[in-house]
Amino acid sequence: MIYLDNAATTKMSDCALKAMMPYFSEIYGNPSSLHSMGQQAAEALFDARQRISSCIGCTPKEITFTSGGSEADNQAIISAAAMGAKKGKKHIISTAFEHHAVLHTLEKLEKQGFVITLLDVGEKGLITAKQVEEAIRPDTCLVTVMYANNEIGTVQPIREIGEVCRNKNVIFHTDAVQAVGHIAINVTEQNIDMLSLSAHKFHGPKGIGALYARKGIPLHTVIEGGAQERGKRAGTENLPAVMGMAAALEEACSKLNENAQKITLLRNKLISGLSKIPHSILNGDEKSRLPGNVNFCFEGIEGESLLLLLDDKGICASSGSACTSGSLDPSHVLLALGRPHEIAHGSLRLSLSEETTEEEIDYTVKVVTEVVSYLRSISPVWRDLESGKKEFIIKEGY
Amino acid sequence: MALYSEKVMEHFRNPRNVGVIENADGVGEVGNAKCGDIMKIYLKIDNDIITDVKFETFGCGSAIASSSMATELIKGKPVSDALKLTNKAVAEALDGLPAHKLHCSVLAEEAIKKALQNYYEKNGIEYDRSLFPDCESCEHCCE
Repeated sequence: MIYLDNAATTKMSDCALKAMMPYFSEIYGNPSSLHSMGQQAAEALFDARQRISSCIGCTPKEITFTSGGSEADNQAIISAAAMGAKKGKKHIISTAFEHHAVLHTLEKLEKQGFVITLLDVGEKGLITAKQVEEAIRPDTCLVTVMYANNEIGTVQPIREIGEVCRNKNVIFHTDAVQAVGHIAINVTEQNIDMLSLSAHKFHGPKGIGALYARKGIPLHTVIEGGAQERGKRAGTENLPAVMGMAAALEEACSKLNENAQKITLLRNKLISGLSKIPHSILNGDEKSRLPGNVNFCFEGIEGESLLLLLDDKGICASSGSACTSGSLDPSHVLLALGRPHEIAHGSLRLSLSEETTEEEIDYTVKVVTEVVSYLRSISPVWRDLESGKKEFIIKEGY
Repeated sequence: MALYSEKVMEHFRNPRNVGVIENADGVGEVGNAKCGDIMKIYLKIDNDIITDVKFETFGCGSAIASSSMATELIKGKPVSDALKLTNKAVAEALDGLPAHKLHCSVLAEEAIKKALQNYYEKNGIEYDRSLFPDCESCEHCCE
């Protein structure tokens, strides 16, 4: 089995799993309890918060644990919106290709009278700080831009966007779910006010994440209840998951450069191999890109059948086709790049990890090439393109 | 639970009757690349019997499996039988399709009807237009 779907989720690392175990059956106390078992748990929680904060360059008090990236995104945006509304500021800037945790929260706010500006991400899937600067209005209360895109892996100029926002006194949130543990992040140096992260994207457990909010930014509660997380997020802390997240993040950050270098080499090999397939195109900028992300469109075929055949050959991948997204439209990310529907249906995302090997990449290039060629051989669209009845959208030598 | 039945996967992996018939007696194409699926059916008809049928499909696993099954169901049958083929029969023969994939079996039914309509028109055979869907817009696959 070749697992190339690490952007969807990752395998837990041994060290993260090991770090969790004692907190299920040995130190299982509630961190809010006064007895020694509870206090031991509280100490572990304190320690994990410290370790996580030092990985992203903030203070422990600026970290709130959540159930994952989606909750962190929701809470960040709702908090900034609530703050803005108090001052009569109801304009929010974001991008067209955010994760749905951001987009759907913004849609909800739009119904409540907020005005949302979604910046155009261009053909390469990148925005500029200048675009943000030009979009900021006197009533802008929040800029939320994802650090790295989950489908096409493009990495935005976060420090520059943060600087623009800082100068204009607008809160800057970034959904860094795909970036944390994979590229070096320092929220202080990068002028980030709020950041969302999720443990299972860096070999930690599922169901746990965190929201960093710079000191002085009041968080609006999304889950009501007890006074956990300094009253910002109710519910008994998921201590085993927090411990797993801390261990996974420390491990990922300590090997960050080494892993990124290794994965980037394999990624480039995969990109160059798949580029040899006629009428194929890489989605997203080639350079400003996550080390492990490869995303292609192949003209004349549909993504779900591609995934099923790759699965038969032992390769786990994903696609932005409508059939795989569960909706009738293909991926909103690919559409935001300006890819026509016809092309967006034929997309393939392969996301690598440090466990990916060169043999796996060679095999994947071979299998994808064969499967694309087979699907084209039974596709009436491909026949029309080849016979000249229809014009290719993805030209050769593109 | 798997997304598709064993039967769907079997027809998807080993589709029957894939290809093209040169100088076919009837050809029908339905669907829209924008929606993510297109089916094209080629028929060879002798003495009112479908002696050969081939298909080409651009689409998901269930679209390919539906095309394969539909061609199997009409091969060697009289035209009048092929006209009666329903999407339900195709889906049932595949041991069912997930609800959001039923439109693939509809496409298969319509592709065959369209190929038959083409056959009638080519040969100047009178036919009841009401039996054929107006498939130009193919809204079902975009709804």
